[in-house]
Amino acid sequence: MQNKSIAQMAAELRLRTYSSVELTRHYLERIARLDRRLNSFISVASESALAAAERADRAIASGDAGPLAGIPIAHKDIFCTAGIKTSCGSRMLDNFVAPYDATVVERLAAAGAVVLGKTNMDEFAMGSSNETSYYGPVHNPWDADRVPGGSSGGSAAAVAARLCAAATGTDTGGSIRQPAALCGITGIKPTYGRCSRWGMIAFASSLDQAGVLARSAADAACLLDEMAGFDPRDSTSADVDVPDYVDALDDDIAGLRIGLPKEYFGEGLDPRVAASVQDAIKEYERLGAKVKEISLPNSPLSVPVYYVVAPAECSSNLARFDGVRYGHRCENPKDLEDLYKRSRAEGFGAEVQRRVMIGTYVLSAGYYDAYYLKAQKIRHLIADDFTRAFEDVDVIMGPTAPTTAFELGAKMDDPVAMYLNDIYTIATNLAGLPGMSIPVEPVDGLPVGLQIIGNYFQEARLLNVAHRFQHVTHWHQGAPSGFE
Amino acid sequence: MQWETVIGLEIHTQLATQSKIFSGASTAFGAPPNTQACAIDLGLPGVLPVLNAEAVRLAVRFGKAIGAEVAPRSVFARKNYFYPDLPKGYQISQYELPIVGEGRVEIVLGDAAVKSIGVTRAHLEEDAGKSLHEENLAGGGYTGIDLNRAGTPLLEIVSEPDMRTPQEAVAYARKIHQLVRWIGISDGNMQEGSFRVDANVSVRPLGQTRFGTRTEIKNLNSFRFIERAIQFEVERQIDVIEGGGTVVQETRLYDPERDETRPMRSKEEANDYRYFPDPDLLPVEIDVAFIVDAVADLPELPDSMRERFHTQYGLGEYDASLLTAGRELAQYFEAVVQATAEPKLAANWVNGELAAALNRSEIEIARSPVSAAMLAGLIHRIQDGTVSGKLAKQVFEAMWSGEGDADSVIQARGLRQITDSGELEALIAAIVAANPGQVEQYRAGKDKVFGFFVGQVMKESKGKANPQQVNEILMRVLASD
Repeated sequence: MQNKSIAQMAAELRLRTYSSVELTRHYLERIARLDRRLNSFISVASESALAAAERADRAIASGDAGPLAGIPIAHKDIFCTAGIKTSCGSRMLDNFVAPYDATVVERLAAAGAVVLGKTNMDEFAMGSSNETSYYGPVHNPWDADRVPGGSSGGSAAAVAARLCAAATGTDTGGSIRQPAALCGITGIKPTYGRCSRWGMIAFASSLDQAGVLARSAADAACLLDEMAGFDPRDSTSADVDVPDYVDALDDDIAGLRIGLPKEYFGEGLDPRVAASVQDAIKEYERLGAKVKEISLPNSPLSVPVYYVVAPAECSSNLARFDGVRYGHRCENPKDLEDLYKRSRAEGFGAEVQRRVMIGTYVLSAGYYDAYYLKAQKIRHLIADDFTRAFEDVDVIMGPTAPTTAFELGAKMDDPVAMYLNDIYTIATNLAGLPGMSIPVEPVDGLPVGLQIIGNYFQEARLLNVAHRFQHVTHWHQGAPSGFE
Repeated sequence: MQWETVIGLEIHTQLATQSKIFSGASTAFGAPPNTQACAIDLGLPGVLPVLNAEAVRLAVRFGKAIGAEVAPRSVFARKNYFYPDLPKGYQISQYELPIVGEGRVEIVLGDAAVKSIGVTRAHLEEDAGKSLHEENLAGGGYTGIDLNRAGTPLLEIVSEPDMRTPQEAVAYARKIHQLVRWIGISDGNMQEGSFRVDANVSVRPLGQTRFGTRTEIKNLNSFRFIERAIQFEVERQIDVIEGGGTVVQETRLYDPERDETRPMRSKEEANDYRYFPDPDLLPVEIDVAFIVDAVADLPELPDSMRERFHTQYGLGEYDASLLTAGRELAQYFEAVVQATAEPKLAANWVNGELAAALNRSEIEIARSPVSAAMLAGLIHRIQDGTVSGKLAKQVFEAMWSGEGDADSVIQARGLRQITDSGELEALIAAIVAANPGQVEQYRAGKDKVFGFFVGQVMKESKGKANPQQVNEILMRVLASD
């Protein structure tokens, strides 16, 4: 049951082959039985999920069901959900229940989706291995000793382990694509502004974007169709028409022009990962695509630029967590300063504190020009590289991450090594472009991701390109052992 | 040594929008604490600001009213600091690119001299909440936070350091206060905190061009406090320098009870606000059509009206500036002039009796019991000689206390001037006959006795005799016998 596509589930729910309550119970049973090995959920909302499933069944029976009626999904715990705790993976919000739904949550609910629970994540989405979560690390379903990637590690592991049909995620520097790659699933980060950020707890506002983690491009298209679109509550959301992503999946890709940035195949890339990615690109050539080497000369600067811009915004975004109105408050503060300092020192983990401090530093008087302003200038240069590249190619391809999933704890003492895991994904966020990761041939039983980057608002093209590959390959169908 | 004072003001004026600058919560004053604060005002996780277009429109009106350039593109920035009444840990303001650029306003000083004061900029920002410090019965203190005010739209108007006396500073503050009310962008209510002033003050030896070290006095909420606080601060700074010390750059608070300023925080303790453009808000792009629409119903501005009153009605600068202190007052005055064609008389009455009565009763012109039509009615009766100027004041008082219009009061109180010469002749003849001694004295050359007769006539006529006629008849009667 859990291996069926969302389209198939939706069809069978309508045929009453099984009910949404049965489907939901099936997933809840899998979570109860299997998630002890993964720790991919922070909250499981059995009661509200079954209630939603019953509503979906009634809607199906009465013929006014939404496109996702009865489909059980999970939300990354960064999306506010009225009635279910939203922790953002942090002790700071361990007691927080939002009085509102995020727009993404609202839209998926309106389409009839059933929310099984909230998935684990790096604290405030800061991390690439899901090890910074207050709720403990998530284990990779393909190898429990390895990380699932991050920050949407819980969503990626849960989808790979078939604990939900699909899940939402957010991507600030690779947080959808990198865990999708490491867990062998399909992830899409849309264009900045494509999905509303309302109700999505901010890490770095100019980079954050909601997206989908699913088992296939077709499944991802089903969710994105519902999530995308302008929202008057988010001033940065784009008022640009949303095409039907499912409709575009089967479009012909003969003549597709693929650009391979030489900077994405250099030092630091595991040669076995490189070989797997190259094989996938050969498959595209067989499908009629034309491949061409391109250059994104400023891309080596994307990691340092990111680690100025993102911490700067995070230092300000996280100032609201002060122990005054909600969230963690220290015991017996002796004065206001003590309240602030201890509440924040106790509520935030080490990586969050590190980034708040870096961000505070780069915005300080005397350093602003040298760090923040300079980073913003380079950010424009990085975006310009892509604009030039897209004059000659339709999509850009390369590896999603330089290696397969690494072992838990391997990079926790070396933040820079951890940061470099996002070296191929970060530039996309800095430019605001859409990007995907799809599974290609694994290396030593561990998944490898192919990254596909498109021009602004070209999500339909990305999903189409990914879908045509998945039509002729089976890498996306493999399930980790024990979770089939 | 001769000292020169240099003053610049930062004025925070609350914009008269229905809802907050970045949320839909109401801005109405006086609601129970925290009942007008939504998720956005509370800074809950995941919420986002959306700019209120009405706040932008009001800022544009101000920009145009001071002849400033309205920026085609302005940018909201975050001003980061921690305080319990600042829910997000930052205030959304404008920093490098404000919505209103350089402009000017004119102030009229006591000697009727006109001085031009530069406005450096004006920018949009959100207000913070309020901290309420209270003591409980056990003697312990606690602080409550009311976030009703958080997110209220403010326009911060920054002046050039162009003022040289506390009186000029007050005149400038009054001018801005007049203007924001005049163009309908703020109620200017100082008790409710809708109009708050920070004063930057420094002194320097007269003739020196370099500025002295300044201090900033925060949150002055009355014109009297502005004057007193600056006066105190100027004297304090001069004392410090003349005593061999140096003025420290710091923020100070004015204590009206003790009439002194006290240090709040020094430059070293000052926050590093770490301003950066707010990534949650797009730059504000304003096109010509928006500006045209925003100023379409902008009324004639006070400076232009003052100048017109001066040239068109021949009023003095001082009278004209008093009459244009507020838009309702100016409209009232013009209504009286239109009905009577007597601008000088109208000005005297509006600036005299009416202003005094309003002051005494502490009410606004809009609620004056004597309407413009009523005052015009009274002036008509002065013009046509029905009442004397002196009795007219009685009529005014009666109208003020609700006894009806001028004609009804004159009728009811019998205040009509006696202009019937027969009646006056008889009255005067009787008085002359009854005072032969005084007649003797007058005829002996004691001119002063003439006044005695006038007094007697006015007394007998209860003030209603037409003074001019009384003079003529008396003169004739006393001379003829």
